[in-house]
Amino acid sequence: MAIRPGAAGSHRLNDPTQSGLLMRLHIDAPLLLGLLLLCAFGLVVLFSATDQDLDAVERQLVRLTLAFGLMFAVAQVHPYQLRRWSLPLYVLGVLMLVATLLVGDVGKGAQRWLDLGVVRFQPSEMLKLAVPMTIAWVLADRSLPPRLGRVFAATVLMLIPVLLIAKQPDLGTAILVAAAGVTVLFIGGLSWRIILMVAAAAAALAPLLWYRMHDYQRQRVLTFLDPTSDPLGTGYHIIQSQIAIGSGGLHGKGWLLGTQSHLEFLPEHHTDFIFAVIGEEFGLTGILVLLSLYLFIIYRGLSIAVNAPDTYGKVLAGGLSLVFFVYVFVNTGMVTGLLPVVGVPLPLVSYGGTSMVTLMVGFGMLMAVQTHRK
Amino acid sequence: MRLDSNLQDRQREERLVGARAIVAGVLVLAALSLVVVRLVRLQITDHEHFSVLSQDNRVKIQPVPPSRGLIYDARGVLLADNHPSFSLEITIEKVDDLPGTIAALAQIIRLDDKDRERFEHLKAQRVRFQGVPLRLNLTPEEVARFSLDSYRFPGVDVRAELIRTYPLGELTAHALGYVGRINTEEIGRIDSSDYAGTRFIGKGGVEKAHEGLLHGQAGYQQVEVNAHGRVLRTLESKPPIAGRDLHLYLDITLQRAATAALGEHRGAVVAIDPRTGGVLALVSNPSFDPNPFVEGIGGQEYHALLYAPDKPLFNRAVRGQYPPGSTVKPFVGLAGLAEGVVDTRKIKYCSGAYRLPGQSHNYRCWRHSGHGGVALEAALIQSCDVYFYDLAHELGIERLKHVLGEFGFGARTGIDLAGELGGLVPSKEWKEKVRKQLWFPGETLIVGIGQGAFMATPLQLAVATATMANHGHFFQPRVARAAQVPGAPQAEDLPTVSHVIDAGDPHRWEQVIHAMTQVVESPRGTAKGIRSRDYRIAGKTGTAQVFTLGRNQAYNASQLEEKMRDHALFVAFAPADDPRIAVAVIVENGGHGGTVAAPVARKVMDAYLGGSTLIAEPEAADGD
Repeated sequence: MAIRPGAAGSHRLNDPTQSGLLMRLHIDAPLLLGLLLLCAFGLVVLFSATDQDLDAVERQLVRLTLAFGLMFAVAQVHPYQLRRWSLPLYVLGVLMLVATLLVGDVGKGAQRWLDLGVVRFQPSEMLKLAVPMTIAWVLADRSLPPRLGRVFAATVLMLIPVLLIAKQPDLGTAILVAAAGVTVLFIGGLSWRIILMVAAAAAALAPLLWYRMHDYQRQRVLTFLDPTSDPLGTGYHIIQSQIAIGSGGLHGKGWLLGTQSHLEFLPEHHTDFIFAVIGEEFGLTGILVLLSLYLFIIYRGLSIAVNAPDTYGKVLAGGLSLVFFVYVFVNTGMVTGLLPVVGVPLPLVSYGGTSMVTLMVGFGMLMAVQTHRK
Repeated sequence: MRLDSNLQDRQREERLVGARAIVAGVLVLAALSLVVVRLVRLQITDHEHFSVLSQDNRVKIQPVPPSRGLIYDARGVLLADNHPSFSLEITIEKVDDLPGTIAALAQIIRLDDKDRERFEHLKAQRVRFQGVPLRLNLTPEEVARFSLDSYRFPGVDVRAELIRTYPLGELTAHALGYVGRINTEEIGRIDSSDYAGTRFIGKGGVEKAHEGLLHGQAGYQQVEVNAHGRVLRTLESKPPIAGRDLHLYLDITLQRAATAALGEHRGAVVAIDPRTGGVLALVSNPSFDPNPFVEGIGGQEYHALLYAPDKPLFNRAVRGQYPPGSTVKPFVGLAGLAEGVVDTRKIKYCSGAYRLPGQSHNYRCWRHSGHGGVALEAALIQSCDVYFYDLAHELGIERLKHVLGEFGFGARTGIDLAGELGGLVPSKEWKEKVRKQLWFPGETLIVGIGQGAFMATPLQLAVATATMANHGHFFQPRVARAAQVPGAPQAEDLPTVSHVIDAGDPHRWEQVIHAMTQVVESPRGTAKGIRSRDYRIAGKTGTAQVFTLGRNQAYNASQLEEKMRDHALFVAFAPADDPRIAVAVIVENGGHGGTVAAPVARKVMDAYLGGSTLIAEPEAADGD
């Protein structure tokens, strides 16, 4: 790379959304606004979903504050540095995944946690960022579109952690990590021919995958195809979440008045299934508001990618924005019964800190791409 | 040049990423529209459907059982009460690992072998999806301990309910019966909406006969429940209507006296107020404690009661069918007078045996030497068999059966006490139908002295005696006098059923009753030992043959095993001129009516009429 990034992109500094002060603080105002609105909405829903447990809402608020702080911190880092750290972060992440498989804690029947003494840590979360960063690093070495060799290298780099995570077994995270790699490749201009070929191969290999699945994974797929086949077992989640959403109607039952969630018919109602609580209490109207906020954030992310001054920034920002969408889609699809149940939280709304930190660090990277122009 | 190519690369990249971002944006919109279409389907198109499902989830209709009516005796003594109790129940259909669950429960509450045994017993006859009690009468500490751990035991619940108790236990068991858990056979008979939430039903006696009054009507509650089925609040409710309290004719003081009078004897005492048909005492000895039956008695315990040699579960008063023996003679005598076959002056000659015209068979009188010439009164006093052979012969079985039927023999009296049996007055039709044999004239004679196939319950004897005392006014016997809505100022009398036996001349009743007083008062009377100074008794002794003697064998009680001995019977009412109590007593294998059964009746009448309990030492009176 003969030319430093920024040099060619400097003509974009007159972007009307960039005021001088926010630019110097490396904050992207539209993205920040979207995130703040989303998180505020999330806290309001969470208050209801936790049965008005102020302590839980407070803990979530503390996490959010920390996550926002982390986002601002990451935003200060120049994308050039991010690019340099891509591979080392990736190698570290993969090593920790291997360590997890060897000595990790078993939680809910899967080895996902690595106990570092001070904190328990899910290395797979780190890979959700390290994989798109590394693939962006691979692609950004030459101008786009990537040649076949680089696509292959990127694919191998992606598959190593995906397979390790799938082995934990944590299919949901494996899919998300794979999605993070694929979206970067897609934004980076992966040729349509390859996309079609892979899609065709995947369709052909799907039956093979069935034999490789764990029993509980097969059960989920079966339940997805017909939730009523096991209404008290694995189908219960799906049936109850559809009842919750459906009974909400156009305007919902009202905040704090959802019977499905408050009377505990809806399982996991403050974590993975919080979308159903929104559907029940705020109706279709509330859901459309939520989806608009997500759309706005994704739109802003994609426009940051388009406007990014260098290749690395473009593909990383595009990939992160799209993988954020994948989160939203997988969760809403699962809760509404469009997709099988995989344990993916509703981003920035579900109770819990792990995925929130990952997401906010990602948004910090987006802000870094947008605001570092020199 | 290099810069140029770089610039070209950059522009190509810009276009590429821009195009991809647009494609991605379109894909995002397409995917989200899928979600939105799905949401519109759920929230708009199928909204009604899911609203109903959500409502069904949260609203449950719970029955509220009515409290069962209490039962009081004639003086207001409480005979059947309800007391609150906590029991631990397992709904077997909801439990995956039953032995494991029970073992885990045993860690937190006390379970002994009796509990396990009863549980197994009740499990076998349970109604599906109804809890089977594992432990009864949990202590408050045990309830608290279970409540803490209840999440570990799906399908196991603590149930608070009102449990029937019988404070007087054995004393009232045969009269009241008891309530017990509704079994699979009963569930088919009852109106399930009326019994929603109630698991108890009357199993015998007054409890069963007056089930409709005592039970009341179930109410319901619409409650909001959470996913664990815990009730959060009541949305709507209709209160239950409590069952009505019953006030009985039964006088517990008399009941106690009658039980004491029977002492160790197996037998029965039924006392009736002739003026109303009200049952004052109804004793069957031995008795049992009905309380363990309420919540389900253990198999072993039940077995022991069921097969006990003295049959404590057997209600002799209404189910015991005995040949009435000579106690039937006053009624046969009245039949003769009423039908105009004899009058009081008509004398028949007793030579010690009777022969039907043209037959050689000898029908023997109990006194082999014979009574000589006897009219009706003398025949009753000395219980002459030959007189009644002849009378029965002259009446014929049809007329005899008809009049005995008017007194209540041969059919259920219709008492408000479940499980009554009807006895039997044999007849031509009966014999042809049941035994497929012809009726012999000699059988009429045997009916005339209350033997053979003739069967009557102690209750029937008491009712017939009361009818006699009442000059032919027959009242259907009743245990319950009135029913009272709880809280109502007054109890409502229950209806009575009666009819009058037409004897033609009312004086004929006096004639038979006078003869019955002489049974007690005459020096030759078979019950002279119970004569009272305080009031006049009209009575009749009887002996029911358990063991048929060969033609020329003599009956010798001391040589027979106890179970082979005759049953001693006695019927009486008093005071003879203004009867207030009619009593029938049977002492199984007691031997002679006048010496064994009559003193029991005297004690009962003393207790009721307030007489002295001095009884002359029963002589080894001869006679029947």
